[in-house]
Amino acid sequence: MRETSNMNFNYDNTMKKRISTGCLAALLITAVMTLSAKAQIPEKPEFGKFAITNVTIHTVTDGVIENGVVLIEGERIAFVGKNAKITPDYQQVDGTGKHLYPGFMDSRTQLGLQEIGSVAVTRDQAELGSFNPHVMAFTAINPSSVNIPVTRVNGVTHVISNPVSGRLSGKSTLIDLYGYSPDSMAILKRASLHLNWPSAVKRGWWDDRKPEKIQEQYEENLKELNDFWNKAKFYHRMVTAYEENPSGKTKPEKDEVLDAMREVVTGSIPVVISVNRKKNIENAINWAAGKDQARFILSGVREGWRVADKIAESGIPCLVSTLHTPVRDYDNYQRPYQNPGKLHEAGVKIAFATGEVENVRNVLYHAGYGATYGLGREEAIRALTINPAEIFGVSEHLGSIEEGKQANLFIADGDPLEPMTHIEQVFIRGYKVPMVSRHTQLYEEFLNRGPDR
Amino acid sequence: MNSMLNLKYTTLVAILLLLAAGSVDAQEKGSVLIRNGTVITITNGNMPNTDLLIENGVITDIGQNLDAPRGIETVDATGKYVMPGIIDAHSHIAGVNINEWTNPVTAEVTMEESIDPTDINIYWALAGGVTTIHLMHGSANVIGGQNETMKLRYGGTMDDLRFKDAPRTIKFALGENPTRVHGQGFDVKPRTRMGVEQVIRDHFDAALDYKRKRQAYLEAKQRYDRRKRGTPPIPVAKNLRMEVLNDIIEGEILVHCHSYRADEILMLMRVFNDYGVKNYTFQHANEAFKVAPELRKNGAYTSVFSDWWAYKFEVYYSTAYNAAILNANGVKNSINSDSGELIRHLNHEAAKAVHYGGTSKLDALKMITINPAAQLGIDDKVGSLEVGKHGDVAIWSGHPLSIYSICETTYVDGKKYFDRDQDPDDMRIEVDPEVDFDETRYSGTLSGRDEDTCLRGAHILFDKNGMTFNEGDK
Repeated sequence: MRETSNMNFNYDNTMKKRISTGCLAALLITAVMTLSAKAQIPEKPEFGKFAITNVTIHTVTDGVIENGVVLIEGERIAFVGKNAKITPDYQQVDGTGKHLYPGFMDSRTQLGLQEIGSVAVTRDQAELGSFNPHVMAFTAINPSSVNIPVTRVNGVTHVISNPVSGRLSGKSTLIDLYGYSPDSMAILKRASLHLNWPSAVKRGWWDDRKPEKIQEQYEENLKELNDFWNKAKFYHRMVTAYEENPSGKTKPEKDEVLDAMREVVTGSIPVVISVNRKKNIENAINWAAGKDQARFILSGVREGWRVADKIAESGIPCLVSTLHTPVRDYDNYQRPYQNPGKLHEAGVKIAFATGEVENVRNVLYHAGYGATYGLGREEAIRALTINPAEIFGVSEHLGSIEEGKQANLFIADGDPLEPMTHIEQVFIRGYKVPMVSRHTQLYEEFLNRGPDR
Repeated sequence: MNSMLNLKYTTLVAILLLLAAGSVDAQEKGSVLIRNGTVITITNGNMPNTDLLIENGVITDIGQNLDAPRGIETVDATGKYVMPGIIDAHSHIAGVNINEWTNPVTAEVTMEESIDPTDINIYWALAGGVTTIHLMHGSANVIGGQNETMKLRYGGTMDDLRFKDAPRTIKFALGENPTRVHGQGFDVKPRTRMGVEQVIRDHFDAALDYKRKRQAYLEAKQRYDRRKRGTPPIPVAKNLRMEVLNDIIEGEILVHCHSYRADEILMLMRVFNDYGVKNYTFQHANEAFKVAPELRKNGAYTSVFSDWWAYKFEVYYSTAYNAAILNANGVKNSINSDSGELIRHLNHEAAKAVHYGGTSKLDALKMITINPAAQLGIDDKVGSLEVGKHGDVAIWSGHPLSIYSICETTYVDGKKYFDRDQDPDDMRIEVDPEVDFDETRYSGTLSGRDEDTCLRGAHILFDKNGMTFNEGDK
């Protein structure tokens, strides 16, 4: 994984501002709550200084600490260890008998982009057109989506949300699952470019194209992609040449579409290639090998186990899931569950990704199945935390419980991959987020509804 | 003339009986002694270090240190869990045609001949410890077709898969699906939930009317045939649709109703109370939690998803705590799949009832065993491990609600249909020599909702230009 200097990383410059506004907000909330204790005010997130004590810390990058302490100050983790001086200004959270994990990440979702699957006007993930590198998921993230709290109370604290249509769908964004605007939620405004790989195989039993026709259409699609890519590279060279030495040159006209490719061809942000079938995976790997500066990630990769060694050799990381049926009728029933384990065993870096919206919360269980069928629990947790952080170039800030990292954490009463475990408290960017969602609210309201009037 | 007919009739009956006998024989039964496992009986607690004896397809003994009858295979389940085969009260796997979507009421059609016994999904479901499914008609129509309750005797014929002596059941559907397909698509009632109610009432009334007229005619004809004089009565033709609707009203057929919103659930209970229909199950029922007291009062059952929601507007105001709320309010609830994907891990779907709302492990397990059995009217035969019940059993490596547990062996009627130790890659029954070996079943859907769901065959969008198939994101 090449190191990347992300041009759109907006962490440090806004951090101080957030702390001060956060403290102010906390004061105001306290005031309001004292004034009208009985009023119907929705629970607000708290921000400031927290000490999570006597807890089993699963740091991910530095083992497990029993009876540990984690201090949170503002947006960051200020201390991780056994003994800490806890001054009275810390709000204490007793973690006795509990487990602390870094917040989980789902590396492929459409969270915030879609509200209701069958209602077209609530779907913002599929723009028209084939080549849309300038289209940004960030623009259309709805911070008020009901799906967001439903997801975060299960321990998923940040996700990649990506567009899905055409050949180049547009750019994904990496967001915290708490905030009042895309700007406050974005960890990376533009996290990756999404490419739907042109298929060179039958799409299903119903696809009655002859093999020659399939190959012909694949080659056409590939040529279209290559032409676009080459044009983007040329544009980048042209503009760079002008920028480096404008004297005596005519300023090239700005092309929004090609301009959006500059950070892609230079490898500042990676290309996520959506691909599942063996032959398509091989084609995609070969294609990526010729693009020296650009960085690539494979996504989906349901037949990855068939070509795990080749993927490992390419060094390309994979975003995978487990809860789907086998790709081919003659495949062993366990292959989808085993895919992450087989890829990991071959040496591929993997992260879990559901591609879901309202049930992104199940990413924990995709990992659970991977863990049970060969990946192992520890690696499964890594594939929800540090691995995706490394793959998307944010491991300095996310993916483990370490001093100085962003405070995306959760407390569970057991193993979070186990569905019978309960997630008890989530922290996102230091905010102690209320464990409330539409699902819990309806539960509270209707559990003991009683007779009608 | 009459004697000729009688002769033919007798011959036909004889042939049918022979065929029936033949098919019963093909429903092979086995014997096995499963030793020293933790037996999750469902109805009588968990029994550690206990043996379970199945003889000729039936559980004959549960206890410690049982003697193995001569010639019976013994399986060691030390450290493992033995639980009843999972029952899926809502499935479309192994279905050929799902929706006869040409009319708002198609009670006369049935899934009984719409079964593909070679569907690989059957094997994959067995690998998840499932032994019985309710193969349902789709949800395009207010009153859809009749369903088929089946055992997963993979490798058998269509008839081998039938669940012998299971009651007949039928699919109803309320809300968006029938109003979109018929009201918006064909410009016929119902376009609204108001219309859905009247479609049901109109057809029940017509059925009762038909029954009176048909009976009057049959009686008049009998009199006429006996007396051989006067004017022959005007015939009232037999109408299968009306006959089936009467069977519903008379309780011969159990209703399983696709529904989501609380108001439409209340509506159907009112209608059923007016016509005396009892013993029915609301399928999906995402908003059932809002009317749990009313459901309980009416003795209605529910069969829900563990956590599916927000895929359409009528499931937007839902909660994954649905199952827990219903259970806490005394409503007999099951958790179903409606999907070839979820059916492979219904144990895990049930575990979510523990996650969302703290349902007890036993109650969560009931939701995939004895409760769906009750909803299908087969709880006297399957759904728990009791002497006298069918030998439908799965052995799990650990507690079946744990994500780290794996189903290792699945028995139907004491016969082993899945064994993880002998699990070849290609488990297809019929291999088509014409098929391209690289062919995929994968159609690019992310959640798997398009396949094996209620709207299969009716996944159609209608607009002014006519009909187009809904291809989702593609």
